[in-house]
Amino acid sequence: MDARALAALAANPGCRRRALLDGAGVDKGALARALGAPANFGQSQFAHQRGNSFEARVKADGGADLVRLLHERLRDGSEAPGPGAVATPDLSAPGPQGRTARTALALREATEAGRWALLDHPMVSLDVAGSPAFLEPDAVVVHPDGSWTVVEIKSFPMVDGSADPAKVGAAARQSAVYTLALERVAAMVGEPPEGAGATADTARGAPGRARVRHQVLLVCPKDFSNLPTAEMIDVRKQLAVTRRQLDRLTRIEEIAAALPEGTTFDLRLTDDGRTPTRPVEELTAAVDAVEAAYAPECLSTCELAAHCRARSRAAGLVEALGRGVRGELGGLTTVAAVLTAATDGPADASPTGDPAVDALRRAAALRAEALASRPGAVSCR
Amino acid sequence: MSLITTLARMEAVREGRAQPLTTVRHRHLSERPLAFVPLTTAGEAGAPLGALVGTDRDAPRLLIVAQPRDRDLRFAFLAELAEEIQPYLDSYADEVELEERKETDPETGKKVPVQVELCADAPQLLVPSAAGVAFVRLLGRSMRFRRTAEQDPETPFPAPARVPLLGRWLTHYGERSRVPGSCLLLSLTELLSRHWATGQSPLEDQHLGSLLAWIDPPEGVPGAEAALRAESERDEDGLLRCPPAGPATDPAFDNQLLAPAMSRYDAARAEASQGVAGAEARLRLAEAELRGLIASQLRPTWDALWHGVDLLRSLPEGARVAERWKRDRWSYTAHRDRVRAGEPPQPKRDDAVTAAQKLAARETAQAQLDAHEALDDPLVMAGRRLAGEAFAGEVTDVEMAWSEARVPRPRPLITVRTEDRPHLAERVKLHRVLADGRAQSGEFVGFARTDGAAGTGGADGAAGTDGTDGAAGTGGADGTDGTTGTGGADGAGGAGDADGPGRALVVRLTGGMGRGKQPEPGSVPEKGDRVCWTLFEHAPRGGPELPDPESTPWTHGGPPDAAAPAHGPEPDPMTEEDYL
Amino acid sequence: MIGADPAAGAARARGGEPFDPSAAAARATEAILRDTLHGADRGVVVDSPPGAGKSTLVVRAARELAAAGRPLMVVAQTNAQVDDLVDRLATADPDLPVGRLHSSDPHPYDPVLDGHASVRASAKIADLAGLDIVVSTAAKWAHVRDVEPWRHAIVDEAYQMRSDALLAVAGLFERALFVGDPGQLDPFSVVGADQWAGLSYDPSASAVTTLLAHNPRLPQHRLPVSWRLPASAAPLVSDAFYPYTPFRSGTGHGERRLSFGVASDGSGPDRVLDEAAESGWGLLELPARRTPRTDPEAVAAVAQVVRRLLDRGAAAVSERSDEPVPVTADRIAVGTAHRDQAAAVRAALTGLGVSGVTVDTANRLQGREFDVTVVLHPLSGRPDATAFHLETGRLCVLASRHRQACVVVCRAGVAELLDEHPSTEPVQLGVTVKFPDGWEANHAVLAHLAEHRVAWRP
Repeated sequence: MDARALAALAANPGCRRRALLDGAGVDKGALARALGAPANFGQSQFAHQRGNSFEARVKADGGADLVRLLHERLRDGSEAPGPGAVATPDLSAPGPQGRTARTALALREATEAGRWALLDHPMVSLDVAGSPAFLEPDAVVVHPDGSWTVVEIKSFPMVDGSADPAKVGAAARQSAVYTLALERVAAMVGEPPEGAGATADTARGAPGRARVRHQVLLVCPKDFSNLPTAEMIDVRKQLAVTRRQLDRLTRIEEIAAALPEGTTFDLRLTDDGRTPTRPVEELTAAVDAVEAAYAPECLSTCELAAHCRARSRAAGLVEALGRGVRGELGGLTTVAAVLTAATDGPADASPTGDPAVDALRRAAALRAEALASRPGAVSCR
Repeated sequence: MSLITTLARMEAVREGRAQPLTTVRHRHLSERPLAFVPLTTAGEAGAPLGALVGTDRDAPRLLIVAQPRDRDLRFAFLAELAEEIQPYLDSYADEVELEERKETDPETGKKVPVQVELCADAPQLLVPSAAGVAFVRLLGRSMRFRRTAEQDPETPFPAPARVPLLGRWLTHYGERSRVPGSCLLLSLTELLSRHWATGQSPLEDQHLGSLLAWIDPPEGVPGAEAALRAESERDEDGLLRCPPAGPATDPAFDNQLLAPAMSRYDAARAEASQGVAGAEARLRLAEAELRGLIASQLRPTWDALWHGVDLLRSLPEGARVAERWKRDRWSYTAHRDRVRAGEPPQPKRDDAVTAAQKLAARETAQAQLDAHEALDDPLVMAGRRLAGEAFAGEVTDVEMAWSEARVPRPRPLITVRTEDRPHLAERVKLHRVLADGRAQSGEFVGFARTDGAAGTGGADGAAGTDGTDGAAGTGGADGTDGTTGTGGADGAGGAGDADGPGRALVVRLTGGMGRGKQPEPGSVPEKGDRVCWTLFEHAPRGGPELPDPESTPWTHGGPPDAAAPAHGPEPDPMTEEDYL
Repeated sequence: MIGADPAAGAARARGGEPFDPSAAAARATEAILRDTLHGADRGVVVDSPPGAGKSTLVVRAARELAAAGRPLMVVAQTNAQVDDLVDRLATADPDLPVGRLHSSDPHPYDPVLDGHASVRASAKIADLAGLDIVVSTAAKWAHVRDVEPWRHAIVDEAYQMRSDALLAVAGLFERALFVGDPGQLDPFSVVGADQWAGLSYDPSASAVTTLLAHNPRLPQHRLPVSWRLPASAAPLVSDAFYPYTPFRSGTGHGERRLSFGVASDGSGPDRVLDEAAESGWGLLELPARRTPRTDPEAVAAVAQVVRRLLDRGAAAVSERSDEPVPVTADRIAVGTAHRDQAAAVRAALTGLGVSGVTVDTANRLQGREFDVTVVLHPLSGRPDATAFHLETGRLCVLASRHRQACVVVCRAGVAELLDEHPSTEPVQLGVTVKFPDGWEANHAVLAHLAEHRVAWRP
């Protein structure tokens, strides 16, 4: 799971299906294709190229520009980094574990050195439901005071100082995942020699000790140019959300325990690893064994959404029309139940005792009355 | 989503096709709108890839940017766009009516009537979706600060002549479209979903093809199935059969077709610049191929847009739509005047006073729109009745009464039997429309007792209700709470709520009966009449005047920087590889 | 906002040193009046948590400004607030000439004001010229034109005032004291205002946000003591809703007591009332179920709790009197999130023969005070939590109206509902993140209430 996928968990925390599949590391995209309901996702190579070329431009001069941008946005009155002030440690190492260890070491050294350092594509890990997920932030800057800032580089523009709030929100959630992973590193790096139980919490605050700032730097193209501009984003709320979601993921064992014996999401791929051979019915049954909480918002955040939508519609669940419709329906959870409640019985019947049913009957009666008046009297007097 | 809309969506699920949300059309549709279907380059919302534009549904003009990274090609695109749109915008500028308006005389300071021009009609821009509206704004922002060689001979990359001007117009249209009920710039998805409820979610309705599939499914195909096809059916090459309404392209199209074609174009262009034999022909071929590809992505949406226009034209226009369109005409005329007066382009950000004025104007427009739609359309009014904001019923008793003033005025008491459950409290103001279109005011007196006399009203909410308050409410608008704000008439359903359906309410008429001691004929309903009273005003007015920007108070940063350049902000800096 | 010295005082006191609430409050008030009357700044901002004596402060500041010969205009947000202030001013000083500027609607002000000889009411500002103090709503003040600016203004409930409303009236005064409760409901707009998000003068933001964005060095004070909330409530409300600006209760544990003349009959309502009398809080929990807003069982439970509270002859002991004072209907309020819920509760109370109890939405309970409140939890029975229901200010208002005890009626399952709430909020550049988060605040309150849970049994 990458940071984006982890951040996306918060989009629908009530979905047990998603929690289980993500927690178990199932490739939801492949699963959706095997189920015959592929997601309308995909990345255009233009977007990919644009993102890469912008990031390369931002980091072109060994990070000096980036650190200068960060320093400007801090507005803390500290001295601006001079030429050659930014260290750029080499982070190359074999394998994700190796890179993670190398990153931790570089962070420790940079923190102790008490000078600016830019870590380009470091690697950090986070425990997700018992197994490590390796995450790669765009960059991490170490400040002379030993604090660390996550840098997120995106290619959507900031025009006149504002940017698409949905995209900024997604970037903030993604950055919060990196921040959380870095806090675990900081807790180890910042551990006092006496070995007094250092946690992420106690690692905050003391000057000169490693701590992760809760403001991340979001770098975007300025207006319509390729020049970088940046804003600090407070990710404290997103951090709290991410912590909660990770805690919840530990519950997937309970979800898994409730599954029928032998449930598996194995696609039984052919030897070339491309074609699933498992019968769709079997796969569908396996997926359906875990409860989903489909809502239309899933369509843009979950690869399996098209399948879940089809199942939700087939079952006639009201959520398929949007989360918001449930508010006034009380215990009525299917379209059929709502329509029956709305139209069964005379409109002027005495109250049923269920306000949802009463309101639906009045709504149906009012709607019918108004529609019957077409096309005659259009004004109401 | 209101319960009545939810119900309509569920009916649509059952029927397999969209259900009406209105009985009339609540937006103005021009006889000759200009349709604009744009596409952008993925990953760069600001870089246009192509567009179909025009007023003739059968002969759209196709504009493309064969290589979006090339500034000259982008400028050529914008110049062509201006060539197509600007004459259309200008074509409404000269046919005018004269209107009388009160203006402050600069010498006497008094309000005096003056004759001013109002354009008889205004140009209307249609785009496929809300993202298209956002793209119009972005184009406007990127174009209006450009400098032409004529404006500034020193400018390093001069823009073609009409580009900055079109930028100002697109900015104006984009900004106007934020005013509730305005119709200068409209998106088809918003228009259609205002008038029909589909059997899918509002999120899915943002796909024009899918929305149309619900409203007008092919013969014998259920809406859900038609919508699913429109949204995700792909051909054997994995390409969408109904490409999205833009301005974003489908990644599969980009990767499989567009990128290779663009590479061929780049190669041919490079060779042509070196004079390689036959390269010119290959370049023309490559460009033609790109035109074909981009057209293939645009054309289905272009056709869908006009299909939507046809569907909307089948609805009769609401009675008060023309009144609102007149405000759009004023808006168009005012911008025409600003351009003619040589005013600078709109600033990048509103100042404090302008922002507050716009917010106030939009809140007023929202209230007016809500009132208009309900008065024009019994189906919309049904929603307001369900929400407790209006009630309809039969007059069961009329009792003449007069005020106790020196010159007594008629204050008849009308008893109305209704099954609606309005949120009433004693002295809540009520409004209705008379047969001649004028408004009549009244106030709630109480629930009628069985003996016919009026009992007291709701238990709470008596003191301190004040129509002028509550413009700035607190709380959060959930529709049922706080929309009138603190101090508004948010009173009690009152004691009567315990009763069963079908209650009798007593309303005292307080206006709309003429000036005499006896009410004018027809101004007081008679026993047996059906009446509909609303708790909302029919012609809500705006808030107070705000100070001039030069008098911005210290709490809001004082007057805007006087040193700002008079000709508007500096143009955006350009880099070698900038977009737009 | 982190005020300087009251915060430190409260923090120290928490550390164990004896805390003298009266002295702390007096110090804060003196500092506020010093800055207001003698300071060099054009504005002074005062944060007042629930029941911290905001009205008392406003009345005192108004009288001192008037006594110093400075003509004063007072801006409040609703007519009810204006009438209440005028009444308090006239009661505090019957000789003080006070003007009540009102609208030209019929019945524009509370007739109670006609009983004060020194109060003059008019819809025209010219009629009120020369009076020491003129009070009106922001909406009415915005129409005042062509007058000499007032030397001083007091803006009451400034956090509930929108920035554009302040823009419309700020030209009328030279200096101002801004007073309000940052924890209550934020102002809102019925149309989108996103395009101005992040601007210092965003017209849809609160007046105080704009004021401080442009004048960051203005003195900011905080009233450190809630005289309304009992010792059982202040810590929870302070921690959950004012995490960076803590306050204390003005009374100690045991100073407020609730007792009943009639013993419990063992029913859910009686047991939750006993729990609330004992601890200041009670949660009456109904079985988990998805319900419409006007959940008949929850509504009936609320009504039943009120009925039993009256039937059992509740009496309150407080610092105000040595003898127990009966808790009559006018000292009880029911709070809901929605108007139709309030209407349903009123109907249910009428059905049980109860009258005189205030039943209203959080919006309309802002600024009010009762001995006992019964709250229908905004998330009770809901299928989902929306931004409206999660709004911190809504829960804060509902949980901070009482002097003695608060009973919350709720369906089980709200904790799970909160857990399943999607967190995909958009983020606007340049907008200061507001704390506490509604989610966190809801969880904090719920966790506390869980310790005072009584299962529903009729």
